[in-house]
Amino acid sequence: MKLTGEERDWLEGGAGPALKRAMEIVVALGTIYGAPTLIPVESVQISGVSYRNIGDAGLRFLRQWADEGARVRVPTTLNPTAMDMVRWEAQGFSADFADKQRQVVDAFAQMGVGEGTPLPTCTPYLIGNRPAQGTHVAWAESSAVVFANSVLGARTNREGGPGAIAAALTGRTGAYGLHRAENRLATLCVEVRARLDTISDYSALGAIVGRRAGQAVPYFADLPLDAVGDPLVEEKLKALGAAMAATGAVGLFHVADVTPEARAAAMLAPAYERLVIDDVAPGYASLSDDVDRVDLVWIGCPHASLREIALVAEALRDRRVQIPLWVTCARPVRAIAVEQGLVSVIESAGGRVFSDACMGIAPLHDLGFSAVATPSAKGAFYLRNLAHVAARFAPLEACIAIAAGDR
Amino acid sequence: MGNGEPATFIGRLIKTGTAEGEALVSAEPIGFLGGVDGSTGVVTERGHPLEGLCVAGKILVFPTGKGSTVGSYVLYQLATAGLAPAAIINAESEPIVAVGAIISDIPMVDRVPIEAIRTGDRVRVEGDRVVVWAAESSGSGVREE
Repeated sequence: MKLTGEERDWLEGGAGPALKRAMEIVVALGTIYGAPTLIPVESVQISGVSYRNIGDAGLRFLRQWADEGARVRVPTTLNPTAMDMVRWEAQGFSADFADKQRQVVDAFAQMGVGEGTPLPTCTPYLIGNRPAQGTHVAWAESSAVVFANSVLGARTNREGGPGAIAAALTGRTGAYGLHRAENRLATLCVEVRARLDTISDYSALGAIVGRRAGQAVPYFADLPLDAVGDPLVEEKLKALGAAMAATGAVGLFHVADVTPEARAAAMLAPAYERLVIDDVAPGYASLSDDVDRVDLVWIGCPHASLREIALVAEALRDRRVQIPLWVTCARPVRAIAVEQGLVSVIESAGGRVFSDACMGIAPLHDLGFSAVATPSAKGAFYLRNLAHVAARFAPLEACIAIAAGDR
Repeated sequence: MGNGEPATFIGRLIKTGTAEGEALVSAEPIGFLGGVDGSTGVVTERGHPLEGLCVAGKILVFPTGKGSTVGSYVLYQLATAGLAPAAIINAESEPIVAVGAIISDIPMVDRVPIEAIRTGDRVRVEGDRVVVWAAESSGSGVREE
């Protein structure tokens, strides 16, 4: 790989051990994927934040890197923690877990993540880290990657935890994969004949397409989306992408006449496969376990937008939940929802709005939960495969009905 | 062939360093998260060809990594406990093991014909160079350069 003089100096340790290690990672990843050079990135999103996932080894490594002098060179945002960093006691976390989770965030703060005040979220694009079309970034968090590439038209590969940190410390990534225009053409053309109404219908569609797509770039030829007239278009694209990124390895998709690259050009590769979807019901069924009793309803995977919180508040007005109903979102989004009275509507009904947290990476059994309903395919996927609880994937209305004990 | 001429291969450098030790070879990929116990170095994946064997101090030879990206931290955990492999040789490297080797200071090289290495062989890794001395007991000892 061709490196600049400065990059070579960093790699050889001229700027200290922290940057040397970061350059080793960036260069190794570029080598593995055949990048001819490195390119500058404008922002980074870091994953691998939940103490439950990374454990003491991950925490020790992050502290070592921070203590070696690791400092981010470009604006960097942070993935969710397992718990709300303020309201963790109300969620049932132990003081010991909370202390460890705080140490993880502190290590990232020491590195300069979030300008020293990380606001953990999987939706950095809702709190100011919103790259312009055509800009190169290095994001981890598969749902954020697919949103950045597809909805914003920025360019990023699906980075992993330490790889994203290395990109933040060097401000560089390898020029391979989705950074290159030729790899952004669609190789799977999806025709949808199913009726799509709610945000979760798009999530169910994504669950089906993701499994078929693998690493392919899907092109949706005929989605009933209005890029201008539908106030929930971004939420629907967010749900679709997150589901495909969780059930498959999708990093980019296009929607004819809707997503920026597909509005500007024909994004289908010369050779592509075809997929026709007649019904999204199998998408719901594929991520629903047969459980008698649900003991938690979780909304906010990926983290809820203000509009999604408003939908929950509207559905809960003058109702009362019988089992815990938790909404998760970014801290600044919660603050706005508080200002607008949405949080008080939800909490008056017995629900809770938590920031920072992700239930898919939380120790749910320790919190006393074993079966969780969610309107998110990605949520259900990680509840099953990472949190190891039973999941029921259903539309928002059905999840609210479960919480209210309607059935 | 224990006293015979060693075979030398030039691979692709992933993490520079020098190490020598006994080869532990797996024909199957290794996933460190859930596949190797980070506190003992013992392979725990059920049905894995290395199940029950310890990777500590070995020249660990396998086709490629697999599984969760958190596996990088399992290698780091092994290194801090002094239980890491002495070096890693892959047929084709992927990011989980590569990043794990870098953050744990484990010499690593890929694009080496791993079928030419057998468990018990003496192996020296020196940057991108891999030198293999066949163990006494191993098959015909035929080696190709």
